[in-house]
Amino acid sequence: MNKMGFAQAIETVIAKAMEEDENIIIMGEDVHGLRLNLFARFGRERVMPTPISESAFVGAAVSAAMAGLRPIVEIMLVDFIGVAMDAILNHAAKISFFSGNNWNVPLVIRTACGGGYGDAGQHEQSLWGLLAHIPGLNIVIPSNPADAGGLMLSSIYADDPVIYFEHKLLTDYWLDSMGSGGRTTVSFNVPENGLEGEVPDKWQPIPLGKLNQMKEGNDITLVSVGVGVHRSMEAAKILEEKGISAEVLDLRCLAPLDVEELKNSVEKTKTLLIIDEDYKSFGLSGEISAMLLENDISFKFGRICTETTIPYSRELENQVLPNKERIVKEALKILRI
Amino acid sequence: MVEVNIWQLYQSMLYSRLFENAVKDLWEQGKISGEMHLGTGEEAIIAGIVSQLEQGDAIAVDHRGTPPFIMRGIDPILLLLEFLGHPKGLCSGQGGHMHLFSKEHLIASSGIVGSSGPAATGFALALKYQKRRNIAVAFFGEGAINQGMMLESMNLASIWSLPVLFVCKDNNWAVSTITNDVTGGNLIDRVKGFGIEGYEVDGTDVEEVWKVANEMIYKMRNNGGPQFIHAHCVHTEGHFLGDPLLRYNRNPDLLAEVADSLKKYAGKNLDEILLLLRKIGGQTKKKADPIVIIQKKLKNDPDRLKQIEEEVNIEIEQKVNKALEIFEGGIKNE
Repeated sequence: MNKMGFAQAIETVIAKAMEEDENIIIMGEDVHGLRLNLFARFGRERVMPTPISESAFVGAAVSAAMAGLRPIVEIMLVDFIGVAMDAILNHAAKISFFSGNNWNVPLVIRTACGGGYGDAGQHEQSLWGLLAHIPGLNIVIPSNPADAGGLMLSSIYADDPVIYFEHKLLTDYWLDSMGSGGRTTVSFNVPENGLEGEVPDKWQPIPLGKLNQMKEGNDITLVSVGVGVHRSMEAAKILEEKGISAEVLDLRCLAPLDVEELKNSVEKTKTLLIIDEDYKSFGLSGEISAMLLENDISFKFGRICTETTIPYSRELENQVLPNKERIVKEALKILRI
Repeated sequence: MVEVNIWQLYQSMLYSRLFENAVKDLWEQGKISGEMHLGTGEEAIIAGIVSQLEQGDAIAVDHRGTPPFIMRGIDPILLLLEFLGHPKGLCSGQGGHMHLFSKEHLIASSGIVGSSGPAATGFALALKYQKRRNIAVAFFGEGAINQGMMLESMNLASIWSLPVLFVCKDNNWAVSTITNDVTGGNLIDRVKGFGIEGYEVDGTDVEEVWKVANEMIYKMRNNGGPQFIHAHCVHTEGHFLGDPLLRYNRNPDLLAEVADSLKKYAGKNLDEILLLLRKIGGQTKKKADPIVIIQKKLKNDPDRLKQIEEEVNIEIEQKVNKALEIFEGGIKNE
């Protein structure tokens, strides 16, 4: 096993895939700088900087994928996806279905997400719930380098479009450029195991739709994605000290969703706490609870989510985003301890 | 017609610059979080236009909101407190520098590139509907000129003959992309295609901006439709404070390190990258700094220049001290 950063894992996997398959191209704003190594290696023909024209280049990536390429198209921050929404909502997600499953769109939309560095609610959203709402899209949210690489490999070779999220607290260059800007006078609550970790010597695709049990437990199931997984692990440690055995599940993908393993865990613990950095209403937390109820499982339930627009002030932001204190408090509440 | 008052414009530009220098210090001290996009280098464009606005005119700004907010008369202490994330800030600490709003001044900002186009168009629609002689201004960078919503709003403003002044502040860098590499044709021709009159100006020369804008604003207040100014400028601090590519550019050792790490790849692409990293510093070039340029114009009266600088310095120091006093008094006590 090697140690590798989250961003480096993604780059390593993409570089290898691009070497093997010349139909893989990258396009997006500033990719010559953001993907400096890939640009140096594959040149402007395959790593294509675009104008700030998301609706056009995401739309073009959809049809380029239909015509035989495997584009990895970058929407710098998921907050900017609104501009390209039609290409995703009405085209990428629907063409396979409309064509009677005869014409696929093998496209990866790669986008940075998440908060915790004081950039406010137009640059720090998660929005995976919004996108997972749409049938026809795969939604992938890795929480550590090994998953980031393995899931990227599966995403590149998936037949249908994938939206691949990279949390900025896990990605060194995003946090450097948007959070610190080279300063040593600011600090962030970065999950170390997410930022850097062990990766396999030989990369294997991690199938989409398989959750990862991060910690086994009997009393309560904590379910999350991305940075929320690390916050859940921190909370599980505190709960352990209080004699509560928490199971922690990293969903890794929202679509497809690993219903079986979720059922198994909640059937065992009969208590579910969902930690979602995305918005609370009409999202991941409500959907998972509904899906379990449909499967005739009864359970105690709680959720820690982002409930308002993310404020700019670091102090206010800390109160809005999920953290270990909020998770522990809610866990004790639903366990009636 | 009113004549250009260059001393007043200078005062306004200098105020904005020194205010943003103070913001830069606070950012470097870690008191301001996240990104910080300064408008340093754009002052001549903003001053040349905002100084001619009347009560009831609207402004839609991009992510570089500080100079237009300052020049439109928004309380600098409220801006500082907002940047410091204080509940007494202009937007209660909830917006930060990219999401500034002042309803009473009809000025709104956004961090989404291109969104000032539709925003100014809608402001102008309301103003025209209410039969006012007011206009709306959209400030945006040249990166935004390839955004669909910007082009769509130009068409809307044209067909509805709305008084929108579209102001393209062109430093030829869309973050780290050379805009000419990703922009087809010529912008004046492009807006002509929408039936909009456009003029190219030296955006570092406040008198030139003022004169062109003066004529355009006069037409717009007298039932004229939209107008377009293509103003060239620089960003003295790059895209944002701590711009990583500028950090490479400004540090020869770091640059050599990057070059070295990329050597294992193809030579042709490497040359392109190194050229880019060298060129990116060009966006900050001092000889295009509008403050330096206007100071040269006014150098025949060094005493007055010095006096203005001293006065502005004192005032900004007072504002910063006042804001810090409130900030350090604690958030909960306020």
